Amino acid sequence: MTGTVMEIRDLHLRFPMGRSPADYVTGRPGRVVNALNGVSLDLIRGETLGVVGESGCGKSTLARCIVRLYTPSEGEIRFDGQDVFGTEQRADRAYNRRVQMMFQDPYSSLNPRMTTGQILAEALSVHKMRPDAKIPARVAELLELVRLSQDAQHKLPHEFSGGQRQRIAIARALAVEPEVLIADELVSALDVSVQAQVVNLLLELQETLDLTILFVAHDLRLVRHVSNRVAVIYLGRIVEVGDSETLFSAPAHPYSQALLSAAPSLNPDERGKAVKLEGELPSPLNMPSGCPFHVRCRHATETCKTTLPVLLPFKGRGEVACHHVEEINANA
Amino acid sequence: MDENTPILQVDGLNTTFHRNGRALPALRDVSFSVARGEVLGLVGESGSGKSVTLRSIIGLARRYGDVTGQVRWQGRDLVEMADRALRQIQGREIAMIFQEPMTSLNPLLTVGLQLEETLRAHTDLPRAARRDRAIEMLDLVGIPSAAQRLKDYPHQFSGGMRQRVMIAIALAANPKLLLADEPTTALDVTIQAQILDLILRLAQDMDMGVLLVTHDLGVVAQTCDNVAVMYAGRIVEQGLVRDVLREPRHPYTVGLMRSVPENLPPRTPLYSVPGVPPGLDALPPGCAFAPRCTSCIAPCSQDRPALSLITEGRQVACFNPVTKSQGNAA
Ligand SMILES: Nc1ncnc2c1ncn2[C@@H]1O[C@H](COP(=O)(O)OP(=O)(O)O)[C@@H](O)[C@H]1O
Ligand SMILES: Nc1ncnc2c1ncn2[C@@H]1O[C@H](COP(=O)(O)OP(=O)(O)O)[C@@H](O)[C@H]1O
Ligand code: SF4
Ligand code: SF4
Ligand SMILES: [Mg+2]
Ligand SMILES: [Mg+2]
Repeated sequence: MTGTVMEIRDLHLRFPMGRSPADYVTGRPGRVVNALNGVSLDLIRGETLGVVGESGCGKSTLARCIVRLYTPSEGEIRFDGQDVFGTEQRADRAYNRRVQMMFQDPYSSLNPRMTTGQILAEALSVHKMRPDAKIPARVAELLELVRLSQDAQHKLPHEFSGGQRQRIAIARALAVEPEVLIADELVSALDVSVQAQVVNLLLELQETLDLTILFVAHDLRLVRHVSNRVAVIYLGRIVEVGDSETLFSAPAHPYSQALLSAAPSLNPDERGKAVKLEGELPSPLNMPSGCPFHVRCRHATETCKTTLPVLLPFKGRGEVACHHVEEINANA
Repeated sequence: MDENTPILQVDGLNTTFHRNGRALPALRDVSFSVARGEVLGLVGESGSGKSVTLRSIIGLARRYGDVTGQVRWQGRDLVEMADRALRQIQGREIAMIFQEPMTSLNPLLTVGLQLEETLRAHTDLPRAARRDRAIEMLDLVGIPSAAQRLKDYPHQFSGGMRQRVMIAIALAANPKLLLADEPTTALDVTIQAQILDLILRLAQDMDMGVLLVTHDLGVVAQTCDNVAVMYAGRIVEQGLVRDVLREPRHPYTVGLMRSVPENLPPRTPLYSVPGVPPGLDALPPGCAFAPRCTSCIAPCSQDRPALSLITEGRQVACFNPVTKSQGNAA
């Protein structure tokens, strides 16, 4: 692992909701969904960085910003030192090739009328990866890489099982020889056994091809297993980031503590040990003031209601955004 | 009635669908029982027959398939029961909740109206009492400002809140049995924990039996008293949750447990049961798990192992069950 491959700095993304008739009558401005509220994150070459958080916290929005499907309202993403949203870089197709995304539902991302062979050949020719004559050989190589048989070339996406379709999605991403893979809920819809096969393949390819992976998933056990580092997101902000094993075995932020303890353990003797989290995620339409977690946090004080905590190094084990992290973890 | 007297007893349940002139044996010889206040977990990969089991119990599967065997309920057999009589039991004595509440809630009716509808159909409560009961139910499932929310429509609730509304409606008529089909699969772990807590509490307070379908062994570990593991339409192992999870005996249960990424060195290869489950139109002649089984012995590919008691409280359908030492070494 050598150095930072991507720097994400203070990323904000607000989705305008448009004005409702009531807004026009009262002269209220249109409302906005604050999907990302200042996300800063480094991606280190060769690592797997896990991203967890409840649905709606902004995981997919972050992933989509990284591959430039969304343009942030504020902040920047630097890749190899270049701002990827800068005017010159915008036109630069190389970034699109070097950073590839894979989605949960390949049905919506794989053209249902194209055979696997055509899908892979298209990816190769769009990015001019091979002269036309060499494309068939590369397609065969890619199928081998993701352990699909050669006759898969002639089949349509619907002829495959869920796990096989994810292999096709991986092959298509790898076709253009990327450096960074963004996996947004890649295996979430699969049965554990199939999930295991796809994850094993991904980890193995990561080693052989020297890939950096951003692994977004809501399955905490799986994220813990595959990640070197993990970022916990709450309402569009990172509340804790650090080494995966440390974070999972001893989360420091009150939200990480509650979230991780809610994952049901395989051990029946651990019943009732979860830190109960009352209420649900507040709406990103109505961001709470101060610490976004204060409405659900059992440690919240007056300061928490008014002042936004920033992400700061904590005990040399990553960073935490909480005013009271020291006291909360005093006897940990 | 004695604590352990089953309220539901399923005996030799078979469900067969037909497609293109071929018979698809979706369920074969499924037997289990649920006692008052008991939570029985039903686990297995997708397609193993969990949903069909629930649908066969409640009389939905017979609309599009052949259901035989016995489902004993309050001294009667639901399999034989006429549709009219069955409808009296559905929703009143036996309630069912599904994975996606939006498909079973009517988007055009307020939540209050839907609760009232259920109460009118399934209880003798007068109008005013129905409203009170509706508020009480929303309150019970943890929906804040219940009285005000009666006039809200399903889309005005978040996913977790909608699932609570579903549970409130399902439980409004005080059922004796709840059939819950992956009620938390689409929810975040935090909300899942709240909903499972709620189901557990209600099972205890209302002395209600629960048949909980899930594919998450963690959910089983944290919620169920007993567990039945399904494979290709049959129950292959059944017993107390604590015992089965600590010492699984069927090779398939062992495989399922091993593929959960828990207590493993980080970033090491995950275990995966080799191969894929057989299609219903191509079930192997002997044990359906034989082509994927690492413990397979000669009789496995010819004869079908019957579910039988191998130790106190544990039933396994296998000619060569895994022993404790093997299980640990594996
Ligand atoms: N295209 C969009 N338009 C408006 N709101 C959006 C859009 N995409 C996401 N959102 C909102 O932004 C928030 C974050 O969503 P998302 O990134 O999808 O969360 P996650 O992937 O963590 O579940 C949510 O409130 C979601 O409703
Ligand atoms: N109406 C139907 N017609 C034909 N096959 C069906 C029907 N419903 C379910 N099946 C089949 O029965 C098997 C069990 O399905 P199901 O009970 O839904 O599995 P799960 O364990 O995932 O809930 C599957 O092979 C499924 O394809
Ligand atoms: S800053 Fe305050 S409210 Fe926020 S997590 Fe820390 S203690 Fe809780
Ligand atoms: S009966 Fe034979 S093939 Fe089937 S699970 Fe047991 S050992 Fe494996
Ligand atoms: Mg998402
Ligand atoms: Mg099902």
